[in-house]
Amino acid sequence: MQHFDGNLLAGPLAEVFAFDPTTARARCNGCGAVAELATALVYRSGAGSVARCRGCGAVLLSLVEGDGRRFVNFTGTGAIEITTAGRDDA
Amino acid sequence: MSFITRGFTGRSRERDDRLPPGQTLVHDFPVLSAGPTPEVDTADWEFTIRTEHGGRRWSWDEFMQLEIEDVTTDIHCVTHWSKLGTNWRGVSLDTLFAEVETEYDYVMAHSYGGYTTNVPLEELLGGRAWVAFEFDGEPLDPEHGGPARLLVPHLYFWKSAKWVRGLELMPTDDPGFWEQNGYHLHGDPWKEERYW
Ligand SMILES: [Zn+2]
Repeated sequence: MQHFDGNLLAGPLAEVFAFDPTTARARCNGCGAVAELATALVYRSGAGSVARCRGCGAVLLSLVEGDGRRFVNFTGTGAIEITTAGRDDA
Repeated sequence: MSFITRGFTGRSRERDDRLPPGQTLVHDFPVLSAGPTPEVDTADWEFTIRTEHGGRRWSWDEFMQLEIEDVTTDIHCVTHWSKLGTNWRGVSLDTLFAEVETEYDYVMAHSYGGYTTNVPLEELLGGRAWVAFEFDGEPLDPEHGGPARLLVPHLYFWKSAKWVRGLELMPTDDPGFWEQNGYHLHGDPWKEERYW
């Protein structure tokens, strides 16, 4: 199978990662609920922020920021549905 | 966040040599956590060490029968605050591991609420780590990790897992929660091992 390097994804992913996280919907790997990320329960520890599923409490994602660096881990989500404003693929 | 700058001594005064690089002193104790505070009654609390051979389990009452130590130590948070001369009471991990056999070299600490953090076994021994249940002469508040938390003060404080409920021995140094999410696998404040 032919494969390409990650640069091929640069265009589409740059578009996708510019999404509005308040309207994006994610599937919880813990309980399967699909909900807007804005409804998650966010805890702020000294080390970083953790968003948990409002339904089951499982970790959806973590965000670490410090010393000018950022790490995000969508560890507990399945697919994330991103609404792209002003676009109609239908 | 005001606690970052509070206690800053300024350039005109000599830096305290107990402070690792990049750290500033605080006198309060910031409490923030990655999840809801688990409510664990000491009647239900138990502590386990799991090894390739099985392991060992203590109830709260059994734990209180072990040799208890007073510990005065400095603590260092990865978010650049340090607190000097903090007072704890707890059981040394040397005492716990005296009853446990293992060939494995690494430990995953597990907490009530699901938090995990990894530490090499060697760094939990030799009078360097405790399961602490008192802070400043008082039972440890749930917000500070009570009934009991791990205390590994020579590493950044995220390694001192709150609400600790057990240790799992591992053949390899697998990452715990924050270590999977950007933080350093080891976390030595004197080497500023903060992130990957
Ligand atoms: Zn869920």
